[in-house]
Amino acid sequence: MNAEQLEQPQQSEQPEEHGNPVGRRVFLGTLGLGALGMIAAPPLQRGLEAFLGSAADVDPTGLTGLLPNGGGFRYYSVVTSVSHKDAGNYRLTVDGLVDRPQTYTLADLQAMPQNRMVRDVQCVTGWRVPETPFEGVRLSRLLDAAGVRSTARAVRFTCFDGAYTESLTLDQARRPDVLVALRMQDKDLGHSHGGPVRLYVAPMYFYKSAKWLSGITLTDEVQPGYWEERGYDIDGWVGRSNGRDDEPT
Amino acid sequence: MSLREAPPAARVRRFSRAERWVHRLTALLMGICVVTAACLYLPELAELVGRRQLVVRIHEWSGLALPVPVLAGLVSRAFRADLRFLNRFGPHDRVWLRAALRRDKRASARPAGKFNAGQKIYAAWIAGATLVMLGTGLIMWFTHLTPVMWRTSATFVHDWLALTIGIVLAGHVGMALADPEARHGMRTGSVSREWADREHSLWRP
Repeated sequence: MNAEQLEQPQQSEQPEEHGNPVGRRVFLGTLGLGALGMIAAPPLQRGLEAFLGSAADVDPTGLTGLLPNGGGFRYYSVVTSVSHKDAGNYRLTVDGLVDRPQTYTLADLQAMPQNRMVRDVQCVTGWRVPETPFEGVRLSRLLDAAGVRSTARAVRFTCFDGAYTESLTLDQARRPDVLVALRMQDKDLGHSHGGPVRLYVAPMYFYKSAKWLSGITLTDEVQPGYWEERGYDIDGWVGRSNGRDDEPT
Repeated sequence: MSLREAPPAARVRRFSRAERWVHRLTALLMGICVVTAACLYLPELAELVGRRQLVVRIHEWSGLALPVPVLAGLVSRAFRADLRFLNRFGPHDRVWLRAALRRDKRASARPAGKFNAGQKIYAAWIAGATLVMLGTGLIMWFTHLTPVMWRTSATFVHDWLALTIGIVLAGHVGMALADPEARHGMRTGSVSREWADREHSLWRP
């Protein structure tokens, strides 16, 4: 505003009338920063992951875990609530194209030979938890115990949340890095991590590792699981599916 | 007559009906975005609510609809006039910003037109930030449209900007809570002459 205007104020004159379009600049600047953020994201993300990861180790409040890329697991459930199961009422059935259908209690599974693996966990939405120990019974052992018939080609997994399903081909299911997991991070699997028993498919994105596992059914073809009917790849190899190029786990 | 019952002339018209509805609907959609985002992101809430597929759908559609009230508001002459006020910065806005940086809360130190400099910057920033969220959100939504590197970058920008918007929004709501007359203006469309003279001394309604 110049002096001339100050001396001759008009009734309708607003003080902004002849000002600079700063609002537009802020608006466009914000858009520009967003675009810049897209370009700078990969190195920024790596740096922040490293920084927040080490900060989380010494953070007693756990607040760093809430920050983006702060490390740690995120809880996803596709249903409203999931009933809790424990040693008393948990059952795992193996049926379908098998000679000897089986039902296991938690104690039965615990009594079988356990395998422990320490690998990274990679979610298809981006988060990764490094070097996470899983422990449990090899799926191949349960398949052998049930006697898979020659007509079986795939394995379907059902869960006691009543909605989630997953599938593997028989060859994938027989891999030594596929477990029926009872323990994670050297603790019994808690409910929020899919306990007491979940699937653990080490080389695939984590949606393949169905939580709250309650049924293993041998089928003659692969049936797409819950997320696979919603667009995810059935063969969910880390780094080679879902259009992602994460480092393999 | 008691002092509380100010004569009608003491009320100043601040927002038209169209403007108030633009604000109301934008606030509603933004609120849905924030609440659903929290349910997707915070482990405790995610565990409580579940139903990921449904929450994602609500988040996506309310985000997509977020710019609609503002765009629809452009048919209103009063709304367009206010956008001009928000856009243009006069010398007094610099004075206001300096006072804000000094934490000088005296009304005399903070000259303002219909909108003060803080409100102008907030409006421009939240508009830009909303569009960045929309753009990155669409990249995350329609995963087959862009290469994977874009998608990861979009997730990164979306996450951190969401956190920033959350903090800034909390400030916006907090300041509104601290100023009942400003809220009254947004709710009913008019404010007291006394408030207008004190908070927006250069405004000539």
